[in-house]
Amino acid sequence: MAALPPYASTGQRVWFWTFRAICVAIIFFLIMPILVIIPLSFNATNFFTFTPEMLRFESGAYSLTHYKDFFTNPDWQNALWNSVRIAPVATLVAVVLGTLAAVGLSQSHVPMRGAIMAMLISPMIVPLIISAAGMYFFYSRLGLQGTYWGVVLAHAVLGIPFVIITVTATLVGFDKSLIRAAANMGAGPVRTFFKIQMPLILPGVISGALFAFITSFDEVVVVLFVGSASQKTLPWQMFIGLREQISPTILAVATILVAISVALLTSLELLRRRSERLRGMSPG
Amino acid sequence: MTDATAGTAPRASGPMLAADGRPLKASLRRALRAQKLRALLLIAPLLVFVLVTFILPIGDMLFRAVENEIVPQTLPKTVVALRDWDPKTAELPGEPVFAALHDDLVVAVEAKTNTRLGQRLNYEYSGFSSLMRGVARDLKKMDTSQPFKEQFIAGDKKWSDPAVWQTLKLFSGNYTSGYILNALDMQLTTDGIQMKPAQDRIYVKLFLRTMAMSLGITFLCLLLGYPIAFLLASLPLRSSNLILILVLLPFWTSLLVRTASWKVLLQQQGVINDILVWLGLVSDANRLVMINNATGTTIAMTHILLPFMILPLFSVMKTIPPSYMRAAKSLGANDWTAFWRVYFPQSIPGVGAGAILCFILAIGYYITPELVGGTSGVFISNRIAYHISTSLNWGLAAALATLLLIVVLALYWTYDRIVGIDNVKLG
Repeated sequence: MAALPPYASTGQRVWFWTFRAICVAIIFFLIMPILVIIPLSFNATNFFTFTPEMLRFESGAYSLTHYKDFFTNPDWQNALWNSVRIAPVATLVAVVLGTLAAVGLSQSHVPMRGAIMAMLISPMIVPLIISAAGMYFFYSRLGLQGTYWGVVLAHAVLGIPFVIITVTATLVGFDKSLIRAAANMGAGPVRTFFKIQMPLILPGVISGALFAFITSFDEVVVVLFVGSASQKTLPWQMFIGLREQISPTILAVATILVAISVALLTSLELLRRRSERLRGMSPG
Repeated sequence: MTDATAGTAPRASGPMLAADGRPLKASLRRALRAQKLRALLLIAPLLVFVLVTFILPIGDMLFRAVENEIVPQTLPKTVVALRDWDPKTAELPGEPVFAALHDDLVVAVEAKTNTRLGQRLNYEYSGFSSLMRGVARDLKKMDTSQPFKEQFIAGDKKWSDPAVWQTLKLFSGNYTSGYILNALDMQLTTDGIQMKPAQDRIYVKLFLRTMAMSLGITFLCLLLGYPIAFLLASLPLRSSNLILILVLLPFWTSLLVRTASWKVLLQQQGVINDILVWLGLVSDANRLVMINNATGTTIAMTHILLPFMILPLFSVMKTIPPSYMRAAKSLGANDWTAFWRVYFPQSIPGVGAGAILCFILAIGYYITPELVGGTSGVFISNRIAYHISTSLNWGLAAALATLLLIVVLALYWTYDRIVGIDNVKLG
């Protein structure tokens, strides 16, 4: 399928191009909804569609009003600030605990490895509404419901499966004789971890951290239940906006979030390449 | 080790010794134990963290699906007095039961727990809530020297309805199957478990709809995802990387952004309808209704879950050697036979993994159905959220959640069996 051989029959040629066309259509379906909001967010009016003036590319039809609203409206700014305050801390908790556990899980003799793994991955699998409901009741009892730390802990546990998966995947390619070599030269376990193992698994740790960050930054169900009005995050504000009065500011926020995800995706791609290079170097 | 074995050589009958003089076996066992302990110590903090912040909360909530302590706690004496009463008779319980009820309710009204009890029993017999609110007023007027039975019935006729007492008796235990039965459209009666009247059956239908729509979405994802994964696997690395990024971009874009854009696109005054009207395919008066119904949910969720199908498919297809297809063709198979008999069977593990993953994620979805589903496109999750935050029937919410969780965990177990949970690939 990679390229059409010169001896292909007419039928094969037709199918080859039909298949390509189908694929282009599917990719269009994947990407178009994300791209379409970008020009719409510069709409000068409060409509959610392209006005005739926009289609004629008149400069008056485009404006930055919705962006201005996002950066000046205290509701949105508060939500942004809350998101920025919650996501990095949740990521930090998830990454520290997750990396330690992944290192432990990758050792050769771990009793009940399967069961432990299934349990640590479960936050990704259990429907969010069930997690949210459970946390809502339980955290209320502990007095964590409606507090900053309640939300941080809830988001951290949701990010953990991603850290475990990415770090474990990097550790598969890790050459264990390097640890023995370090120990042989007199390094203690802590020093070996930070000087030898950590630099090599760092790409996996960082991509796990990015996943954990986006999980928290994009999470709305759990924060709706565990948080209170003073922990209102960006997705929460968007959710309200979408459910009640759909304001065009959402399109501006959405565009900014798309830009952030493009940045995250790019850094992840670079990390993946670096990780492959590093792994290519290690003899394992 | 050579030293140790050399050292033991003269005493050939004794056990093999390690350098420190211990038997080698014991030494090895000790080292292994230390290794296991070290691994467990590294895992322990996270395990405790996940247990406390995640597993325990869910267990605690599931417990609410069977917990019924409020009845025996609020009406301890009545529950005991009712033990001898046969609920199958149409007769009312005797005076001692009414006296016990009076004593219990005096305490309950004092502690203001009577309304909560009324709310609880109202789920099983509607009318209990008003009965319990009214009883606070009636209690004050009651003469403690006279028989209570007549006084209760004079206060509210409902006390003479045997159904009230049957409900009390049936739900007097510390644990109840009432919520779970409710979630399955059944009810507990004196004649055992029965189906509810047809017009009250909503949850089984909702479960079936959730399953059917999730299956439909999974199938659509497979239909759209298979060609893309096939293309990704067959293109040279450089161009496939570019397409992979186009697949990953939606995966990394905020869920709410994608839902918002579908809301914008599918509206009656939205972009798609505008284009259709402009093309003349649809008249301006009959714009398509594509949002706030099942269509909206299906389209938006297919878009959201598509990357979860493409990625597992791609990771399996990557490993299928292209020479197999060429071999099949050189043996005389045409393109279709070569694909269907040789390529497709090898991609089945990817299909299985992607389909289960999509289905698991779809069946528990909340946000997208809530925002674009209207009333005909909502899932069981939306009903759970409704019972937690609006109707406050937490027991029923927990029961619905339990049933949903059982389905999801069964699928998770299957997934673990087929793919292995540590083989999940992310990007």
